[in-house]
Amino acid sequence: MITKRIIPCLDIKNGRVVKGVNFQGLSDVSSPVELARYYSACGADELVFYDITASFEGRKLFTDILCQVASEIFIPLTVGGGINTVEDFDRVLKCGADKVSVNSGAIRNPELIRDAAQKYGNQCVVLSADVKRVDGQFRVFAKGGREDTGMEAIGWIKQGVALGAGEVVVNSIDTDGVKGGFDIEMLQAVCDAVNVPVIASGGAGAVSHFTDLFQAIPDIDAALAASVFHFGQIKIPDLKQELKNNGIIVRL
Amino acid sequence: MIAIIDYGVGNLFSLCSSFQKIGAEVTVTSDPEVISSAEKLILPGVGAFGDAMGKLRDSGLDTLIREQAKQGKPIMGICLGMQMLFEKSYEYGEHEGLGLLKGSVIPMEGRIPAELKIPHIGWNALHFQKESRLFRYIKENDCVYFVHSYYADNCEESVIATAEYGAELTAAVEMGNVMGCQFHPEKSGEVGLNILRAFSAMEEFA
Repeated sequence: MITKRIIPCLDIKNGRVVKGVNFQGLSDVSSPVELARYYSACGADELVFYDITASFEGRKLFTDILCQVASEIFIPLTVGGGINTVEDFDRVLKCGADKVSVNSGAIRNPELIRDAAQKYGNQCVVLSADVKRVDGQFRVFAKGGREDTGMEAIGWIKQGVALGAGEVVVNSIDTDGVKGGFDIEMLQAVCDAVNVPVIASGGAGAVSHFTDLFQAIPDIDAALAASVFHFGQIKIPDLKQELKNNGIIVRL
Repeated sequence: MIAIIDYGVGNLFSLCSSFQKIGAEVTVTSDPEVISSAEKLILPGVGAFGDAMGKLRDSGLDTLIREQAKQGKPIMGICLGMQMLFEKSYEYGEHEGLGLLKGSVIPMEGRIPAELKIPHIGWNALHFQKESRLFRYIKENDCVYFVHSYYADNCEESVIATAEYGAELTAAVEMGNVMGCQFHPEKSGEVGLNILRAFSAMEEFA
């Protein structure tokens, strides 16, 4: 049976990993290539690279880094950040990315999902949604979670899947950064609404949060996190062993 | 030298890099002469079966690949490239394949329990069905990375490994010098690289 995936996410700015990372044995803690190598060796099932650079020069550095990572690391790579056009898909896929995640770009232009899915296949298009509760409703936020779009989230995600998104990343703004566990209620609502893989994001603070997630929502496919991995609070081999001990199928 | 056949579908960056990583001499080419002089061939593929076969036919490479395979040159299809080795596919209609292996490619839809998501995407364990030279450096239940919605059926003769996803789906095949992986060895970490290593070193333990 298919395994539950554990996915570290790396924020990249001007070709460097942004969040402070402190691992023994890494000579350059902000090198995306070194970190990718480290995570791959630890058993990460996939890596997400999120480009938070705004400038053209930064974009170029990002794609250079991506090429380097893809020529050394042989697990699936997903790229997000600043994806607004089919040309942006082309740019990162040529550098060895396997999937591309769209967020604000798809909110501005939902047809981007359809165009990219037709050109590269549904499996290549990941819809990433930043979701927050507003007035008792799940609401989609744009621009890195700063702007309330007014759109109801479950409807938007269903629309994205109907347009051709092959996977959905749900980042709960309500639980993000709190380290109190994943947003089970929100993720369950999304899993009930779509029949493509759903990746949980936002809220991981302890190994038990991952166990709780996969036990509470058997349909969830993967869990994504950043700082708990980068700061070494959670080691991926320990996490996967603990999941396995709890009867959750993982790749060891 | 291993030739990765480039017929205009998909991105061959990772595949090429993975062979370089294991120290194999590799080239990406659509040149019939280079393909003919290569020691081994890789047939990659993503996208829809009909389109990909159409491109192979338009370039005349389908005939060349059949000839090369019949001469005994080792050839490995990957993902859609593996599916194309079979007689036909029922993806959006009915399409003729290369016919190097007996069997046909059919949709998962309706053949696996409805609650399972399609495509079959993610890491899944290999269940060996036969001994294979491709598995020389890996073991039963090692996980590899899959992304597909169709699978090869009626291919008992060639199937060497399956993966369980509501049904035992064909994961790898081998029939003499013709072999294939439904999964992506170039995205399957060290296990995937070990399959490529076995393919590269095949004549050494033939």
